[in-house]
Amino acid sequence: MKLTGAQALIKSLEMQKVEVIFGLPGGAILPVYDPILDSSIRHILVRHEQGAGHMAEGYAHVTGRPGVAMVTSGPGATNIVTPLADAMMDSIPIVVITGQVPTTAIGTDAFQEVPITGVTLDITKHNWLITDVNDIPRVVAEAFHVATTGRPGPVLVDLPKDISNATMDWYWPSSLDELDLPGYKPQTTGDPEEVSRAAELILAAERPVIYAGGGILKARGAEALFELATRTGIPVVTTLMGRGTFPDSHPLCLGMPGMHGNYTAVTAMQKSDLLIALGSRFDDRVTGKVSAFAPEAKIIHVDIDPAELGKVRRPDVPIAGDARLVMEQILEALASQGLGPVGTVPDTGSRAATRPDLSSWLDQIRAWQAEFPLTYNQEDGGALKPQYVVEQLRDLSPDDTIVASGVGQHQMWASQYWQFNHPYTWVNSGGAGTMGFAVPAAIGAKVGRPDKTVWAIDGDGCFQMTAQELVTASAEKIPVKIAILNNAYLGMVRQWQELFYAERYSEVYLSPDLPDYVKWAEAMGCVGLKVESAEEVAPAIEKANGIDDRPVVIDFRTDAFEKVYPMVPAGAPNDDIIVGPAEGEGGR
Amino acid sequence: MAPTAPAGPGGPGARHHIISVLVENKAGVLARVASLFSRRGFNIYSLAVAPTDNDRLSRITIVVDVESSPLEQILRQLDKLINVVDIFELAPEDATERELLLATVSADPAERGQVISLVGVFEGKIVDVGRDRITVMLAGAPSKLDDFENLIRPYGIVELQRTGRVALPKLERRAARLRSVAGGSTDPAPSKIT
Repeated sequence: MKLTGAQALIKSLEMQKVEVIFGLPGGAILPVYDPILDSSIRHILVRHEQGAGHMAEGYAHVTGRPGVAMVTSGPGATNIVTPLADAMMDSIPIVVITGQVPTTAIGTDAFQEVPITGVTLDITKHNWLITDVNDIPRVVAEAFHVATTGRPGPVLVDLPKDISNATMDWYWPSSLDELDLPGYKPQTTGDPEEVSRAAELILAAERPVIYAGGGILKARGAEALFELATRTGIPVVTTLMGRGTFPDSHPLCLGMPGMHGNYTAVTAMQKSDLLIALGSRFDDRVTGKVSAFAPEAKIIHVDIDPAELGKVRRPDVPIAGDARLVMEQILEALASQGLGPVGTVPDTGSRAATRPDLSSWLDQIRAWQAEFPLTYNQEDGGALKPQYVVEQLRDLSPDDTIVASGVGQHQMWASQYWQFNHPYTWVNSGGAGTMGFAVPAAIGAKVGRPDKTVWAIDGDGCFQMTAQELVTASAEKIPVKIAILNNAYLGMVRQWQELFYAERYSEVYLSPDLPDYVKWAEAMGCVGLKVESAEEVAPAIEKANGIDDRPVVIDFRTDAFEKVYPMVPAGAPNDDIIVGPAEGEGGR
Repeated sequence: MAPTAPAGPGGPGARHHIISVLVENKAGVLARVASLFSRRGFNIYSLAVAPTDNDRLSRITIVVDVESSPLEQILRQLDKLINVVDIFELAPEDATERELLLATVSADPAERGQVISLVGVFEGKIVDVGRDRITVMLAGAPSKLDDFENLIRPYGIVELQRTGRVALPKLERRAARLRSVAGGSTDPAPSKIT
């Protein structure tokens, strides 16, 4: 069968079972847009290429399948650089197809020419410039394989226009052996000796904590984590990227650690004698000052990426492997050392039978939880507190609602106050901290899981960066719901200026009324609502949850002076955690 | 990427290790390797690239400063590059290393004889002769090149270029010795990391 390169590309995407492409056409990618008309793949026309990238990420977050975006060369390609960087930091599998000027024009500064493989060299897991039409099916298969295996990540395939227009004999690589990836062999199962040592440390620990990260979600390992935590009775902290890996409603769940983590999660890690890091990478926002982080803890570090083992903190037991597979191996090793499933009695004489009792550790944790809960104060008739809005959203929406957020104060409040009881319900930009992520990511998530309620909890600063994608959502009938926690400021920056720059506020004020969010929402085909007081919150949310034929935007006018607590100042030891405003400088 | 250590007498010492990287012979691979070093803040002391006996593969020989960044991190990050097929780490004592030097030296007729005899002692070659300068070529172990460089400097070096070293494992201790790579194994047995 003879196909053009463009047809071969679309057929290759069909072979990869791609359901949807987020994209925006232009000159260099034009040939590929023609066969889309005849394809089973849905195309969603975005209003800005950055939106396409974040939609692909949101889709990948909630489905576990790679998100696909397609854009043209030059500015089309550079507009998707931020989503690529974002996906690289958070290990999100996305496949981005970019058009390129014809091979004969490459290097001549042709119209809309940007060397995008060079630009994205460091922010993709890998990228390809196709120079032979016959390579298209193989390279697409390689791109999906690389994006989704090992440590997942973004890949980019750059396709020159003359290659799209050339013809080839169709084929499809029938096995991995037909791919040309001689240097790519991700290791998935853990070294059995290290696994056995991990089980020994687990059974010897007196103050253990499981440090559960986003890698568990990528590995589809939430069930294995549940078994590991409940069988061992070890409490679990879930990182910003790992929220939902372990249900917040479970008594062993301590919630989020880190710079804005709760006191118990932060302190339990600090005081632990064993940290079991699963798919987490000792990010600076979690560790605070590294040399003062969990000083007495031995470390078991499980990561699919061997380069993470020892990058920040030297592990006592390093295990390179897939988080789910290694947890299953650890469970087997625990069983062979006498600790079987919940309800079974440890074998006499086994290591498990002489295991330290964790009850005083758990009592200590309960005491911290009682003494230092997350707090805020919503006064009757007082300014609307953002935390109250998040709690109302949580309580009035289905338990398995998907929540997307941007980056800043609203993101931290969303992570702190939402109850994540299901995996793949939290869509967020962790490593890169990309403002404007929420709206397009929520749209991508809703496309991936149309059966679920999708709320974006956004800030007013973030919303203004990518709000135009609500036009896409309206046009494509993707009924996402956006809660803007509108405090009229770039709130997190304002918080830092208040605390660390002597309240010298530099370029952080945005205005609550400019733009008019309700009119803007309506102009984009959404329902727009405004909420100014606590008593209006619940009715507005209920109204929004009742709308399923178009997007809804609620402009919540929240207290501009509210700050995110607890807080560990950047670079400080986690022991210096500031629990609330009374302790903070200039607190209110 | 700029070398941090001066190429002084004795050349790079124990803080330098040789990494021999087999890569796919594809466009842009060198840029990927170089860019990785740059973005991770690893220092390259010298670098040489050439095809191998297998036309699908090239070998990049990199001398790295392991004091400024841990060797293990460099190896593991390199190994993540899709086009990197294999990595051998060679401690200086386990490697046979060679480098090529070309130098144009001031040598007026009065001094020319001394320069030529020095070149002879080091088993170098005169490859070009001008009225008051000569160009010499010398291949050998990097330390030998350092010695030569120091001895001819007083005559006046007009231009000097070195290739950066290439290396292969010594035959009696065949493969590389990798401490705690690939899953953090502390297995002392010689191994390679892919």
